[in-house]
Amino acid sequence: MALRDQSYLRVVLYEGNDAEPLASESRFDAVSRLLNQGFALTRVGVGGRTAPADDRPALVLGQFRAGLEPNALSTENVRVKNISGLTGEQIAGAVESRRVEQKAVQHGGWKPWFPVIDYDRCTNCMQCLSFCLFGVYGADREGHILVQSQDNCKTNCPACSRVCPEAAIMFPKYKAGPINGDEVKDSDLQREKMKVDISALLGGDIYSMLRVRSERAQSRFSKERDSDKALTERQKCLTKLAAAGDIPPEVLMSLPSPEEIMRRAEEAKAKAQAALAAQK
Amino acid sequence: MSSESPGILYCHCTYAQVIDPAVKAAVLRKLCDSGQSFEAVADLCEMAARQDPALKRLAGGETVKIAACFPRAVKWLFASAGAPLDPARTEVLNMRDRPEADVSARLAAPDLQPNLPTGKTTAADAPKPGASSGH
Ligand code: SF4
Ligand code: SF4
Repeated sequence: MALRDQSYLRVVLYEGNDAEPLASESRFDAVSRLLNQGFALTRVGVGGRTAPADDRPALVLGQFRAGLEPNALSTENVRVKNISGLTGEQIAGAVESRRVEQKAVQHGGWKPWFPVIDYDRCTNCMQCLSFCLFGVYGADREGHILVQSQDNCKTNCPACSRVCPEAAIMFPKYKAGPINGDEVKDSDLQREKMKVDISALLGGDIYSMLRVRSERAQSRFSKERDSDKALTERQKCLTKLAAAGDIPPEVLMSLPSPEEIMRRAEEAKAKAQAALAAQK
Repeated sequence: MSSESPGILYCHCTYAQVIDPAVKAAVLRKLCDSGQSFEAVADLCEMAARQDPALKRLAGGETVKIAACFPRAVKWLFASAGAPLDPARTEVLNMRDRPEADVSARLAAPDLQPNLPTGKTTAADAPKPGASSGH
């Protein structure tokens, strides 16, 4: 199922009127466990504001005072559960059971790693779209660059941020600035600009380099019938790319065949050209 | 419940180790012990990728303080999910580079110090997700 089509469960920890607050340690334990399991949680306390209710399924947890019957308060969409006497582990277990019942999304199956565009900086040059082989980028009807398929992005690979001449592409979970969203300094911009053309860094176009290497490897393969050598050749090429672009070797190893890379590169280029034409 | 005090949103950054776990734990513990109502999410990045409609709900309040990471990242993450934050009503507290005590003190303070970066494009003007041309 596509990331965007999934449903999810809202968890509310109710500690307002008619409920006993949890002990400090139990509250922290329960909240931490739920967050670590990927749930979003609203804690209703005695002051402050929370976001209003909406129509998605919710589970309301609380140590409700005697006389309040959780079942009577529950509706089809909103389940109320008394958690008096439950441990953090039991609370987390109850939430997980409700998630399963509701067929809500199971969190944690995917590391949320994807590019985020800073439109204050972006000049809509489409270099990222032409560079990405995995269809992460697209364009809207007016030809503006968009990140359209976040889950196609290769985990831990920030390569497209290196091709952006404006340092406009962030990966919020990246280790260092400005790619992680830290301010862009002039010195960063100079550095990013120097990295604009990864192919220049490598002394040639990366796609053709891969192809040439592959052809060489293939001809050697056909002569020597040594598949290990062909693989070593590919690995050498990928290692060089990895060092230049901060691209994890495992990402590069999962790249499609050089022929497929060429096909996808052409496709991405056509997309970028169509988007640029739409801007005119 | 006062409608004056800013809402609080805490991001646990569950799926990465980019925030010091001791900072996250201390901020969360103080929030939990404060008696204040708050919203806590496992990972804003994941929600943005899923375009979780809850982000609109979280961004749509009067004023909000968000304990997460860099304001520039938070601004454009929300925008990418079609839930732009209002720069005049949002303060982002960066747990990646501010001491825990600072973040907790700002969360507890009743005032708001808006700090989203502003530039040539408002988040509301940015291309809308879902408006892909299918190019
Ligand atoms: S490469 Fe950078 S400036 Fe060019 S369209 Fe992509 S994000 Fe915008
Ligand atoms: S918004 Fe920042 S703090 Fe929150 S999950 Fe993403 S990278 Fe982590």
